[in-house]
Amino acid sequence: MLANLSIHFPVLQVVVPLMAAPACLLLRQRGLAWGFAVLAMLVAFAISVALLYQVIAGGAISYALGGWEAPWGIEYRVDLLNAPLLMLVSGISAIALLAARTSIENEIPADRHTMFYIAWLLCTAGLLGILSTGDAFNVFVFLEISSLSAYTLIALGKDRRALWASYQYLIAGTIGATFILIGIGLMYVMTGTLNMADLAQRLPEVSSSRTVFTAFAFFMVGVCLKLALFPLHLWLPNAYAFAPSVVTAFLAATATKVAVYVLLRFVFSVFGYEFSFSHLPLQEILLVLGLLGIFAASIVAIYQTNLKRLLAYSSVAQIGYLILGISFANETGVMATLLHMLNHGLMKGALFLSLAAVVYRLGIAQLDQMHGLASRMPWTMAAFLIGGLSLIGVPLTVGFVSKWYLVSAALENGWWPVAALILIGSLLSVIYIWKIIEVAYFKPVSATTPDVQEAPLGLLLPMWMLVLANLYFGINTELTVGVSQLAAASLFGGAP
Amino acid sequence: MSEFGLFNYWVVMLLMMIGFYIVIAQGNLVKKLIGLTLFQTSVFIMYISLGKIEGATAPILIEGVTLYSNPLPHVLILTAIVVGIATTALGLALVVRIKESYGTVEEDEIHAKDESC
Amino acid sequence: MNMETVINMVLLSLLVVTAIAIVRIKDLFAAAMLAGIYGLLSASFFVMMDAVDVAFTEASVGAGISTLLMLTTLAMTGRFEKISGNYRPRLALVLVALTGALLIYGTLDMPAFGTAAAPVHEHVAPRYLNDSYAEIGIPNAVTSVLASYRGFDTFGEVVVIFTAGIGVLALLMRAEKPTPRTQTPTASMHEHMVLRIVAKMLIPLILLFGLYVQFHGEYGPGGGFQAGVIFASAFFLYSMLFGLSEARKVVNHVVVQILAALGVLLYGSVGIVSLMNGKNFLDYSALSADAVHGQHLGILAIELGVGITVTTVMIIIFFAFSGRNQIEGEKD
Repeated sequence: MLANLSIHFPVLQVVVPLMAAPACLLLRQRGLAWGFAVLAMLVAFAISVALLYQVIAGGAISYALGGWEAPWGIEYRVDLLNAPLLMLVSGISAIALLAARTSIENEIPADRHTMFYIAWLLCTAGLLGILSTGDAFNVFVFLEISSLSAYTLIALGKDRRALWASYQYLIAGTIGATFILIGIGLMYVMTGTLNMADLAQRLPEVSSSRTVFTAFAFFMVGVCLKLALFPLHLWLPNAYAFAPSVVTAFLAATATKVAVYVLLRFVFSVFGYEFSFSHLPLQEILLVLGLLGIFAASIVAIYQTNLKRLLAYSSVAQIGYLILGISFANETGVMATLLHMLNHGLMKGALFLSLAAVVYRLGIAQLDQMHGLASRMPWTMAAFLIGGLSLIGVPLTVGFVSKWYLVSAALENGWWPVAALILIGSLLSVIYIWKIIEVAYFKPVSATTPDVQEAPLGLLLPMWMLVLANLYFGINTELTVGVSQLAAASLFGGAP
Repeated sequence: MSEFGLFNYWVVMLLMMIGFYIVIAQGNLVKKLIGLTLFQTSVFIMYISLGKIEGATAPILIEGVTLYSNPLPHVLILTAIVVGIATTALGLALVVRIKESYGTVEEDEIHAKDESC
Repeated sequence: MNMETVINMVLLSLLVVTAIAIVRIKDLFAAAMLAGIYGLLSASFFVMMDAVDVAFTEASVGAGISTLLMLTTLAMTGRFEKISGNYRPRLALVLVALTGALLIYGTLDMPAFGTAAAPVHEHVAPRYLNDSYAEIGIPNAVTSVLASYRGFDTFGEVVVIFTAGIGVLALLMRAEKPTPRTQTPTASMHEHMVLRIVAKMLIPLILLFGLYVQFHGEYGPGGGFQAGVIFASAFFLYSMLFGLSEARKVVNHVVVQILAALGVLLYGSVGIVSLMNGKNFLDYSALSADAVHGQHLGILAIELGVGITVTTVMIIIFFAFSGRNQIEGEKD
């Protein structure tokens, strides 16, 4: 039975959380809903692990939904590029959901908890659907599932500014999605197909047309709005700062990565390297925006005193690194981007979960209330410390591995000034992380520090799972580096 | 209908841009959502225009008719309309809550209230 | 110029005029009504473009549900937009002009409107028109593509609607109040006696029409989504005339929520049954020994799922908004 079932893993990966969501509504009681949601996410995570090993062993898997072969039906396609990301999204979603039960006690009224878990499952399913699908229009549908549920999750934050942040995100997100829809429509007009592999075959014939150029431009702008590329990032800091803390941990670690994936998929697999980089000044645009993003956002981060907001700006900066890797337009650069997507997911997940613990005890993560907090909450602050070191890129953490490849990619192109800028950018992150470490570890406990205890195990355990993952994948890089290398090679090898 | 040429599309693009303008230029939160609806509906018009074949009929198969318009854009837009109303409903729900907690639905007044606290 | 071209021209010009009026008008009630008219006009345009299913849906959503929600919201947030404001319309204009110019540039290489030889009509679409009757056995090609060839998109669409229902509930849900307030009805009961009698006769007819649309989607325009909106509108009518609390007695909100979930689960279960029978997810041919019969059964089942979820989510959203409106009214 299980062997039979394994051929359906690509669709079950998405359908399990998708159907668990309405099932939670039937359970009604919030404890039951949480237990069921966790169970569904663990199953989804197990499926993603199985899928990754299937792909490593046997190559890309194609699954025809409804039994209709592509391009007439919708195809799911899992390969080396999306399989690791499926694992990241389902893994982080499961771990953050474990922490959610404790964390939202103080942040969301009890009668909304069931709705919260349902929206969580829907958001996860939406993100997984975007990753799995091989159909351009299906991307739009699942993008909207994940977006609508993300707006809901963010709006449940306890501050009224969460509502305003959610509204702004809704407007920006819908403009982005509509631009993507225009892009897809224009691609369809010139090729008559919506299947990505089929588009990749048919686009080269018409690649010199003005319509395809416009399609590319609209699609890219739409995706860049979704992934919060500087200067289209304005919705992100408030959304992350005022969302419930576990939601920030989940979204920061996954949502923008999924948007970067869509960018990579369309730039390299659908439009193709030839079109994207030789017809257009894409390389220059991405390089400039990536660098500007790193510096502008890092500098703003230094001045923040609300830690969730500080890390949100740091996320905008990290997106800059991801885009920079793509702009190198070489195999090492793309590989560094892929690796950093996974690694940044792990570090931001750990960092935001430790902030969730701080918020759980203090009610807010504000710098001036954290004097000497490390003595009161040693495990939480240790987790933050390790996450912070990883963010800076200290050896033995995942952050070091991805920065290493990013710098080598820059040097491979002979762009040593860019390599130098990457290192200077890391120095900026030292400043804002150090600012927090200094206050929490080296300032004496003051009158403004509330008298609190260490966070409960319900938060500490999930947090430390991610911290250990940061260390494990920082030391044993075989899996992540290996898969990213193969995936980058496949993107440059032509066919998706 | 070929005298229409590309003119038809240009009018649709104009409609799209009017909607887009309302979204980014107006400060009332409900008005922005109306603009968003306008923007999206106009994109739907673009898709549906793409599926039209001159002299064809609706894609409901009948004996004796050989030329039908393309059903695929219709299917895509049916889905997109549903997505649109879902977004509008959620957006309006947010506006109601914003009004309750800020006491206003004007963008600049909300900014002012957030600055002052 | 033939007649069709003239009608298209007129419709497009009316759309432009309506859109410009929406930009300029400061009365939001009027803007919402104009947006409804915009929806109706585009629905008429869709009919001219042979998209009858889409026209049906746009008319019920764009001119119906959407306008209703806007007006309910405006009743709570205020009718007029602030006149002055320090916005930067010039920056917006530049941005819009650039975007528009790019779009126009993009159309220059597009095949002219209405040509049959365009790539859109060549690669994928012919199969839907030529083979769908043999493969699925129903005349409405739109339903074939929607429910079977691209049935997974439609599953996603139902989930989107469900998500919106969850989102609105999470935002606007009130804490449970055990005591139902008795509100006003007796006075207005007499005032609107005629309305009420007419409505009582109309509601069964609307429900009947809904049933027809639900099960006729395979042959003509219609299907689960449109039927759902029609069913829901019968409840809207009922609650407008007899009061919210009366309507709540007819449809208990727990039952409505459970039904919304069951609709999605019904759709998904059809997919799971296909898996169990050894076919791919949502491959309806697994439902019966005869493949075409299986398709038929599958489409019937998933359309029912769509109908149930759409009806109930629309009711959930409507109750959530108008329930909030009542609280608002009490505060004043």
